[in-house]
Amino acid sequence: MEYFVQQLINGLTLGSIYGLIAIGYTMVYGIIGMINFAHGDIFMIGSFIALTTFLILTTIFGFVFLPVVLLIVLIIAMLFTSAWGWTVERLAYRPLRGSFRLAPLITAIGMSIVLQNFVQVSQGARVKPLPPQIQGGVTIMEGVTENGPIVVQLSYMQMIIIVTTLLLMVGFTLLISRTPLGRAQRACEQDRKMASLLGVNVDRTISLTFVMGAALASVAGLMFLLLYGVIDFYIGFLAGVKAFTAAVLGGIGSLPGAMLGGLAIGLIEVFWSGYFTVEYKDVAAFSILAIVLIFLPSGLLGKPEVEKV
Amino acid sequence: MAATQANGGAAANNNMFVDSLKDSATAAFLVAVLGFFFLPLKTDIASGGLAITYRWPIWIAAILIVFGGRLLLNLFVFKAQTPATRIIGDKLAGSSAKVPGLGRFLTFALLGFALVLPFFFTTFFPGQQRQYIDLAILIMTYIMLGWGLNIVVGLAGLLDLGYVAFYAVGAYSFALLAEYFDLGFWMALPLAGILAAFWGIILGFPVLRLRGDYLAIVTLAFGEIIRVVLLNWYEFTNGPDGISGIPKPTLFGLEFKRGEGGFADFFGLEYSTIHRFIFLYYIILILALITNFVTMRLRKLPVGRAWEALREDEIACRSLGINTTNTKLTAFAIGAMFGGFAGSFFATRQGFISPESFTFLESAIILAIVVLGGLGSQIGVVIASVVMIGGIEMLRNIGFLSQIFGPGFDPVQYRMLIFGLAMVGIMVWKPRGLITTRVPSAVLKERKKIGADMVAQGEGH
Repeated sequence: MEYFVQQLINGLTLGSIYGLIAIGYTMVYGIIGMINFAHGDIFMIGSFIALTTFLILTTIFGFVFLPVVLLIVLIIAMLFTSAWGWTVERLAYRPLRGSFRLAPLITAIGMSIVLQNFVQVSQGARVKPLPPQIQGGVTIMEGVTENGPIVVQLSYMQMIIIVTTLLLMVGFTLLISRTPLGRAQRACEQDRKMASLLGVNVDRTISLTFVMGAALASVAGLMFLLLYGVIDFYIGFLAGVKAFTAAVLGGIGSLPGAMLGGLAIGLIEVFWSGYFTVEYKDVAAFSILAIVLIFLPSGLLGKPEVEKV
Repeated sequence: MAATQANGGAAANNNMFVDSLKDSATAAFLVAVLGFFFLPLKTDIASGGLAITYRWPIWIAAILIVFGGRLLLNLFVFKAQTPATRIIGDKLAGSSAKVPGLGRFLTFALLGFALVLPFFFTTFFPGQQRQYIDLAILIMTYIMLGWGLNIVVGLAGLLDLGYVAFYAVGAYSFALLAEYFDLGFWMALPLAGILAAFWGIILGFPVLRLRGDYLAIVTLAFGEIIRVVLLNWYEFTNGPDGISGIPKPTLFGLEFKRGEGGFADFFGLEYSTIHRFIFLYYIILILALITNFVTMRLRKLPVGRAWEALREDEIACRSLGINTTNTKLTAFAIGAMFGGFAGSFFATRQGFISPESFTFLESAIILAIVVLGGLGSQIGVVIASVVMIGGIEMLRNIGFLSQIFGPGFDPVQYRMLIFGLAMVGIMVWKPRGLITTRVPSAVLKERKKIGADMVAQGEGH
């Protein structure tokens, strides 16, 4: 029981990170119907920016008060990663809008290769370890198993991740449902041509979608960095595929679905590693992806696609 | 009046120049922002945690290069009244229009060159023959893989991002057959092809209902699953350590070895390691040509026609009574079979395989070759392989760059970066691939090329 609760907490933490990345996939798919293959690498870029900013603030400016440092890191990472997201869209996807569907998928794969190798060349291929910054936590349960005493702990780090994700989700839902930008975004999602006829600047809205996705991915990148303490140029691929799985599981195009799917994938991965084998945890994620797409293509909360002939 | 016109022209020119400057400045600013955390600042592992090293000159150089490059592009291509690229393009188009049958002639010229290629290198580049023939083998392997994938993506319109799985199945089939049953290359080759085709059907079954992007993602997932299983099934596949000591192919039982009974001894030649490379080259050339020949013939058979009909419109296909299940499965199986052949060849060439060689990146490269060449175009695959693989490998030979950038400069580490940029660049410039015409397999009155825009491409409908 204690072990189960501990795994549940770990799974929710991991799931929050996947959920934040998944939102980027689901929004882009919703608005232009393409899989933004480079989104996982935008997440990786975000975590590198966060790492460098953190080092500048702590070692050069000598900031010591951690909450302020993390807040500044968060803001800078969001701003700069957004610029990356915007540029990727502008360079690789916008020129191909209206082209056949495979074209942006190919440039997205190309962009993914470019981002990975850019970071590898400029920052080196070795992993970047960052010692744990936030330590400690609160003990929720204590118990005894056959292997000895077990303590269920909710660390401050996990609390921060879950709370930040919740806050971001609330803010983001408000942004989509209440602001003119959100309205334009939903309009473009429903019918791009009609939206542009009614005076919505479609190109700008699509750009902003990429910017929002990238900003959320950078938050996920910062959390990943703080939670695992190790990043390298290749983290984007697996995280990207899993987040995409989350988006599909939740129903692609649906924002609450992306978060729900993220949590589900996080839980499945953690429980799989906890109760079965660690080696095959990626197989579990990939199999879920295949199974969901084959048997439940519209996901948990998605709308079934109606095909007109 | 002439004066005002000239004035107007000058004003337009002036405007163009100012616009170009503004645009280039924006681009340079963007590079400054994007590059800020990556180019001038580098995090390194130092004693007591991570430390930052500074490289300001690189950042400034990158900004200046982008500014200059963008300015030149603006002045001569993007904003110019007669873009330089159009002038060159017109010239090229004019020359090809002047010579009828240039394409056919080129095909035969390329084929002729491919046939004599090893001897060309041994005659003209005796110092580097081994390296060049090895590169030719590599390019030929990618051409074969590209042709194999072209059946699935180009003809049947099924977007497959996990093609490397069949390459891996072929390679591991041969390696394991050789290890456990002591089979030679020629015995294992058909078996590897059959096994890969079998896997093509197994993986094809669940995805019959999927189309377009979803199909791509599920095939990617299958490819990764196969790789992770190969990586973790230690008792059977030796896991990350891979399998080594894979036997070399023989020529009707003649081994390419020194001394008694070897190839050189039998024909009374002096022993040289290059013989084996030339032999390997001809094996892959023949395998690739078989792939091409089979594809070209299949296009004229009912099954090939069904593939292309499926690519154009699945619903129409079904209403005309074509069994789409069989059509899709045959496409997967035949594409996978050629992937399996190529995989066996890869295993025998390397003599060592491990799951490292079969990552998603390989699939992406093969798909990129097919799409950049022009989906469904056989000659396009050849051109794209030569440009992308050959061009990237040529980076190894560029010595003069280290004189510019200092001795520590190693162009090889930039190859995948350049590969990715080329992928994006070519796709934005020519979304339909380098070869923009297709030859339909069925014609009413006269046989003529049509634009690639007329052909559905992996859109899954």
